[in-house]
Amino acid sequence: MMPGMLREYAKRKEFKENLQEARAQYFEENSKIKELDNKILINKHESKFLWRRFKVNAVAAAAIAIITAFSTLWLSGYYRNMEQSSSNYRELRRDMNTVKRDVNAQNKVLQGINPDLKNTAQNNFGATGFLISTNGYVVTNHHVIADADSVQLQNAGGQSYRASVVYMNAESDLAILKITDQAFKEYKNIPYVFKEKEAELGEDVFTLGYPRDEAVYGQGYLSSMSGYSGDTSAYQISIPLNPGNSGGPLLDSKGQVIGIISGKQAGLDGTSFAIKTQTLVSTLSGIPADMLEEPVGLPGKRNHLNGLARTEQIKRIQDYVFMVKVF
Amino acid sequence: MNKTATSNTHYTDSMIIEGMLSGDSQAFERLYANCYPSIMGMIVRNNGSEDEAKDVFQEAVCVLYDKVIAGDFSLTSQLRTYLYSVCKRLWLKQLKRSDRAIVEHNLEESEPEVALDLEVHRAKEVQFEQMKKALDRLGEPCKSILLDFYIKGLSMQDISDKFNYTNPDNAKNQKYKCLQRLKKLFFESK
Repeated sequence: MMPGMLREYAKRKEFKENLQEARAQYFEENSKIKELDNKILINKHESKFLWRRFKVNAVAAAAIAIITAFSTLWLSGYYRNMEQSSSNYRELRRDMNTVKRDVNAQNKVLQGINPDLKNTAQNNFGATGFLISTNGYVVTNHHVIADADSVQLQNAGGQSYRASVVYMNAESDLAILKITDQAFKEYKNIPYVFKEKEAELGEDVFTLGYPRDEAVYGQGYLSSMSGYSGDTSAYQISIPLNPGNSGGPLLDSKGQVIGIISGKQAGLDGTSFAIKTQTLVSTLSGIPADMLEEPVGLPGKRNHLNGLARTEQIKRIQDYVFMVKVF
Repeated sequence: MNKTATSNTHYTDSMIIEGMLSGDSQAFERLYANCYPSIMGMIVRNNGSEDEAKDVFQEAVCVLYDKVIAGDFSLTSQLRTYLYSVCKRLWLKQLKRSDRAIVEHNLEESEPEVALDLEVHRAKEVQFEQMKKALDRLGEPCKSILLDFYIKGLSMQDISDKFNYTNPDNAKNQKYKCLQRLKKLFFESK
């Protein structure tokens, strides 16, 4: 009996030590770069707190606003005039609509930030991803989909596709998705190319991402050839980024993809990071072929964006940049 | 998703558990990445700090370990869901002990199974501490002899050579005495 207990003791001790070590390692890595998407999560929680605390005030304020609006209309004789001339009618309806819209919007907010408490454990959040091959492979960050139960992609046109995670690599913080939706039709071509050489310091760069439901354009410059604490697989860039930008393409002025937005340094403004395209290419080539249903056909050599005005470049790429919705 | 995917790719729950038992650091990393964020969220939302969340999570993983070792962990629910309910329960206790308010009242919903697991874990923890104390009091070379023989699986010959006994039989005799002494110390400290 004693030997058995001794063995059990030793195993448990070893496990505890491993766990302790894993803990130290995990938090050391995570304290360095606050990932943009976790931030969304926490912000959501904060807003829940605020909402709970100020619920009464908010509802009261909304009620007063509505009462004031109508009583002002009534006092100013608006309703009396309305009966006389039909041309004002439309305007009143618009007002009504505005009020209705506000109420609807508030209801939405209410549902959005105070859902059934059971749902709060789920982290569904959004980020960005972009197409890397015409047959529906999309790249985004590993940290975006690490917890994913299911993933959906939505492009600027509002078209939404179901996707599955084909490959993920925590080390490079990259993940490859494949659009599995039946509604998806293969693209004829992809407007951008992958830049083969490294980009250059000071280069003008831009990105398109989904920090909110609408695509948002961000512009800046490449500020360092290495990423967080000397990470040579990434660039440091100076672009205002927000939670949700993660996984977006980083393009140079010619419209060549030079990186994938990955995170920013907490507490420092304008210090963001993007994984180099070269890292993506080597990660892709490291995927065992039997893990892929069909090979990833990288974008071709022909750059359709070279020499175009920025607005035109954005127009061309926006159908290939997706909002990644993770549930 | 390809289920045969190996290292560095997709870990299933059972792969994580097996990996942790064999000391695979990647499995631990996946465990943290998969399960920790939502648990931290729950604790931080309920009057806790991130450091407290880390401690609670660590304890919950030990609860899981004891359950797996006892052989009654079946993956009926997701690993994440299980750890979440263990943490919920642990955190609830801590809140009550320190007289802090519970923010989300569904925290108080309890899973009877989890309560049982916590009991088992506590008993194991007591036993663990007892053994640790007993081994410390046992002293050298007894401690090393026992660990070398039972844990590292060294032969009596190896042990005899290592501790300079004249022959393996002598070593065996010594090992026997050590084991008896450990037994005594262990039950004394109860």
